[in-house]
Amino acid sequence: MTLTRRRFLTRSALLGCSAAASPLITPMAFASAPWDNRLVVIILRGGMDGLAVVRPYGDPDFAGLRGDYAPGATEGPADLDGYFALHPSLRPLMPMWQAGHLGFVHAVSTPYRDKRSHFDGQDLLEAGTGSLGDGRDGWLNRLLQTVPGAEAETAYAIGRDTMAVLSGPAPVSSWAPDSDLALSPQAMRLAELVMSEDPAFAAALAQAYDLAGSDGDAVETAPEMMGGMSENMIRTQASGTEGMARFAAERLRGDARIAAFSLNGWDTHNMQARGLARALGTLSQTLLTLQDGLGGPVWKKTTVIAMTEFGRTARINGTGGTDHGTAGAMVMAGGALRGGRVIADWPGLAQADLYQNRDLRPTRDMRAHAAWVMRGLFGLDRATLERKVFPDLDMGADPGLLL
Amino acid sequence: MSFDPILADIRFGCGLSPAIAPPDSAAALLAQLRAPDAIAAAFPVETFPQFRQRMVERARQTKIRRNNRGTPQAEAARKAARRLNQVARKDAMAWLAHHMLRRTHTQNPFRERLAFFWGDHFTARGKQGIIWRGTSPYVESAIRPNMTGSFADLLIAAVTHPLMLHYLDQWNSYGPASPAALRSRRPRGLNENLAREVLELHTLGVDGPYSQDDVRQLAELFTGMTMQVQVGFKFDKHMAEPGAEMVLGKQYGGTDNPHIRDVQAVLRDLSVHPATAAHVARKLAVHFVSDVPDPDLVAAMIRRWRETDGDLGTVYAAMLDHPGAWDMSRPNVKQPVDFIGSACRALAIPPDALTPPDEKALQQRLFDPMALMGQIWERPEGPDGWAEADSDWITPQGVAARLQWAVSAPQLLMPQLPDPRDFVISALGMRAPRAVQFAAAAAETRPDGVGIVLASPAFQRA
Repeated sequence: MTLTRRRFLTRSALLGCSAAASPLITPMAFASAPWDNRLVVIILRGGMDGLAVVRPYGDPDFAGLRGDYAPGATEGPADLDGYFALHPSLRPLMPMWQAGHLGFVHAVSTPYRDKRSHFDGQDLLEAGTGSLGDGRDGWLNRLLQTVPGAEAETAYAIGRDTMAVLSGPAPVSSWAPDSDLALSPQAMRLAELVMSEDPAFAAALAQAYDLAGSDGDAVETAPEMMGGMSENMIRTQASGTEGMARFAAERLRGDARIAAFSLNGWDTHNMQARGLARALGTLSQTLLTLQDGLGGPVWKKTTVIAMTEFGRTARINGTGGTDHGTAGAMVMAGGALRGGRVIADWPGLAQADLYQNRDLRPTRDMRAHAAWVMRGLFGLDRATLERKVFPDLDMGADPGLLL
Repeated sequence: MSFDPILADIRFGCGLSPAIAPPDSAAALLAQLRAPDAIAAAFPVETFPQFRQRMVERARQTKIRRNNRGTPQAEAARKAARRLNQVARKDAMAWLAHHMLRRTHTQNPFRERLAFFWGDHFTARGKQGIIWRGTSPYVESAIRPNMTGSFADLLIAAVTHPLMLHYLDQWNSYGPASPAALRSRRPRGLNENLAREVLELHTLGVDGPYSQDDVRQLAELFTGMTMQVQVGFKFDKHMAEPGAEMVLGKQYGGTDNPHIRDVQAVLRDLSVHPATAAHVARKLAVHFVSDVPDPDLVAAMIRRWRETDGDLGTVYAAMLDHPGAWDMSRPNVKQPVDFIGSACRALAIPPDALTPPDEKALQQRLFDPMALMGQIWERPEGPDGWAEADSDWITPQGVAARLQWAVSAPQLLMPQLPDPRDFVISALGMRAPRAVQFAAAAAETRPDGVGIVLASPAFQRA
């Protein structure tokens, strides 16, 4: 997004009155969304252990690998369909499952194989390409490149993490909901002046200024500025995933159609019972916050996809955790979803079925599922998805993910 | 393009200081690394052996509590343990302040920059309990004394350090056929986390010539290395996988007596591998010069690495002697630690502004703003440390946080801010852009004027 100097000055001049904090009266709030449906992509960084999250307790080899995980009626794992059971920490999502607004895809992966590096795995997941080094755009950015009428406001990268999935030439917005800007109008003008010759800084500042006025914790008004500097001005707001989900919901209720953020803490090498429960608690809270924040009508138009760079080893390692593996599970939610199902072409967990004798075997490229969701939500044709958004992907048969 | 004192101080040091002259030659810059480390004594950070005593005491209190459940003694031990955690948290915040004061007042700023670079290259951090605060002591003990000799020594110091063994799960990795695993009732086995990161991040690089088998074999070779609260590093041969391992086609170990020497041997070989030279030399150039460094500069550094088997002092010299090191066409953006550190230096903030440490004030002035700029101090997301790419830092919230800090924090750190019209010259040198000079003079207040200078790309780039 480029903000002209003139527009910037207009907005700076408005700062003196408190109404400037409202995005509704600024010239930036023009409705321009290319479609009505919403997509939220959550990157689960660290490698989520799909076998612990969506547990194939009906597989005869599962108990041997992971122990006896029989589902219970009110505690322990929650039965999903007689074959798979949900990790106990996701029990708060069971009403969502029963409403058909939560689903899973199992034994899937990106095309990434064998080196099992988080960083490469995440790079490939977010690039959406068949192999590393095929370009630096993220697949959500390439999606936006195909859509006439997409504005920076259409897509948001949220939080302090870089979201490579959204980076690329198509303009997108990014914001950490706990950032703030509290400057006098004159200081803001001068900041804009000194940054004007440096395009990267100038663009970032313009966007920051726009967002700081609209993320709920208002830009400070001039009179407070004159009263001297307070410690408050450099203090951060409480950060956290709930803030990200709230902010995502707020933008998606407005002009935004795509939001992406990440949830961390999935790299459970050691004593994973504890760490995984924590990460899943956050995931559960995030999905519930999105549902609540979007509200009925918008939630109905929304699909959430949570994906991770790889699954983990089928066996528990020597330290009560799991090491980097290959296939895992994908979490989907939203009112647009035809949920209440675990979609899997289950490969089995017998020794001979495991990938390289250690990991859950990937049965399908998870990019196909993301592509089918985007086809359903945004009406993109298959050729665009298979060539442009996910180069060299074969989408295969329609898994019927959406209503 | 050749040596320039002002650029030298900005790019390889901690920025210009009104009180300390910049180096007048590349030799003078390198000589900083041989000078006595006076600034470390002036603004001390605990060594890891000292820090470990806190862990010992914490473990002692835990034991008292466990052995006296339900008694007043247990309650006292619980409180004592909590107190130990609080003190460690407070001290870690003071160490952050000391890092900034070192950058502000040091005569040898290149050393501070290198300590951060290598501490980041060998990212290690605590994951639970009191060791959570152990990063600065680790850097002080394992990194800072080993930055000018051979890369092998630095690599060994970092990879075998108790904090690294803890962070990347090595401490609890057992050879599957080791005596300790075989006689244990609990399942004990291999954890390949450290081995993988040594190959992928510390040495060869992710595109390096290694396979999953090499990772596995290296992980087996690493078994035996562990850490214990009471002793720190320990090589426990009962945890070591028997037999020899093949890493990159060469055999290691295999004697009846597993020994740390086998680990050191493989690390020495990795340290001089051509892929390591290429990966690490390039990373140095990217960190200090530009996201897209002159390929000829990188080639000269790699060549020097290979000629000297990774003698770091001469690799730095190869960088500083190359014209590509002085290219200003694609300058880097300072990371938050460098941005705040160089701002403190430009202001010459007095030591008492950050000492005696008021934990909450330090958190508000340093830690929280850095977090908003995208750098949670000593908490990078993964073992790959902080991003080098400028685009990871120049984001809307990153720029907003830098600007916000620049106009609001300096006046909390200094009783009397300088005149912005003077400050623009002392902070940026004689080639301060005209727009910045204009803005410094046009600001309504001193804090705004100083802040605008600090927030200018001319100051934020190096």
